[in-house]
Amino acid sequence: MNVLLDHLPEFREGFIGTVLLTLSSGLLAMVLGVIVAGFRVSPVPPLRFLGAAWVTLFRNTPLTLLFLIAWFVVPVIFWPGLSPWTKAILALGFYTSAFVCEAVRSGISTVPLGQAEAARSIGMTFIQTLRLIVLPQATRTVIAPLSSIFIALTKNSAIAGAFSVAELFGVQKLLSDKGFAIVPIFLFVAIAYLIITFTISGLFRLLERRMGVAR
Amino acid sequence: MAEVSVTKDAAPAADELVALRNVNKHFGALHVLQDIDLTIDRGEVVVVIGPSGSGKSTLCRAINRLETVESGTITIDGKPLPQEGKELARLRADVGMVFQSFNLFAHKTVLENVMLGQVKVRKAEKSAAEDKARKLLDRVGVGTQADKYPAQLSGGQQQRVAIARALAMDPKIMLFDEPTSALDPEMINEVLEVMQQLARDGMTMVVVTHEMGFARSAANRVVFMADGRIVEEATPDQFFSHPRSDRAKDFLSKILHH
Repeated sequence: MNVLLDHLPEFREGFIGTVLLTLSSGLLAMVLGVIVAGFRVSPVPPLRFLGAAWVTLFRNTPLTLLFLIAWFVVPVIFWPGLSPWTKAILALGFYTSAFVCEAVRSGISTVPLGQAEAARSIGMTFIQTLRLIVLPQATRTVIAPLSSIFIALTKNSAIAGAFSVAELFGVQKLLSDKGFAIVPIFLFVAIAYLIITFTISGLFRLLERRMGVAR
Repeated sequence: MAEVSVTKDAAPAADELVALRNVNKHFGALHVLQDIDLTIDRGEVVVVIGPSGSGKSTLCRAINRLETVESGTITIDGKPLPQEGKELARLRADVGMVFQSFNLFAHKTVLENVMLGQVKVRKAEKSAAEDKARKLLDRVGVGTQADKYPAQLSGGQQQRVAIARALAMDPKIMLFDEPTSALDPEMINEVLEVMQQLARDGMTMVVVTHEMGFARSAANRVVFMADGRIVEEATPDQFFSHPRSDRAKDFLSKILHH
């Protein structure tokens, strides 16, 4: 117990770090994932190709490799001087966006084709059809897989700790390096992760109950 | 039969609204539309009949490019159908479509279903769109259901809402793709009556249907399709009493005598 109480500021910083990292990369993944899912179902072949390539690339690359690329390749080729925070958000967000895209796409395919046909037949554009008719009806089916994806994201964010971003898992390394007993540290870190992931699944269960489309 | 003369007199002088020229389409090996030539004049009610798989639904859906065609041209009001995009969307807004399975937006109320196109496509004011939607819902006899969701309505009511949704766009032409085929028998008439009324009001209509009674009473012209071809075109009187082709005689003998 002493380890926790004596190092409460570190634990707090780590906890807040993990929460912020999950929230911001989750937001990035949602935005990118929905856009890429739109690409994948669009009537324009180059966009469909782009969407498929995006998913193939980011879903099949180990996250650690993406972190290494964000750390050592992106600053050299694209933007030099990115903060570790930004790099971690980019790696996590891009990686997770591939999974969000596929979840959204599977949701889209549960909406009967006639809904989109009716929308197009009253003159809606593809984007209007997706935004106003298809996505709102896909939401309900997408919520359950999204919940799993965000829980995975929370845990994946631990990799950022190895890249010296202040987050929960990094606190464990910091304290064990100082020679404190490992077991209680691990226990506290695990409980902190549980708090975050339980909150996520609770929120999503609430959402799931709120959203229902009668057919 | 009195209605026949009413609608025929109401049809204005020849004024081409939709023209299909030499249209062809395959579904895999199936040649579903073969050299289709069809002209629909403004104010005309054309009923397309024929056995299942004859291509009549595909023909109807090709007119607003829900089905693409491989060769030939389709023009609406003199303009050829554009590629998928904003221009096609604008054109589709002028072509009302009613589906066999209604396809009302399941997450929107009846009123919202009829308002959505006006607000998002025609950019109408919300209040004006609501007034118009309520009037149209009254006109098709479901005004009291405005705040319900589609799943709470009977099939006949849903289809009438679908007609109102299409009419809300002030279409130049209405396409009906087997509008009564998914309905229980006692609900068919309430939908046909709305369609009869539309025909009397001078709406240009293309109706794919198995309702021979409707064809007799409301059509200016009957188009008989079989195996992807237009086999016969005639006035309802001619077609039902003196079909020229054997294929049509065979079809009529199967559906009319029992």
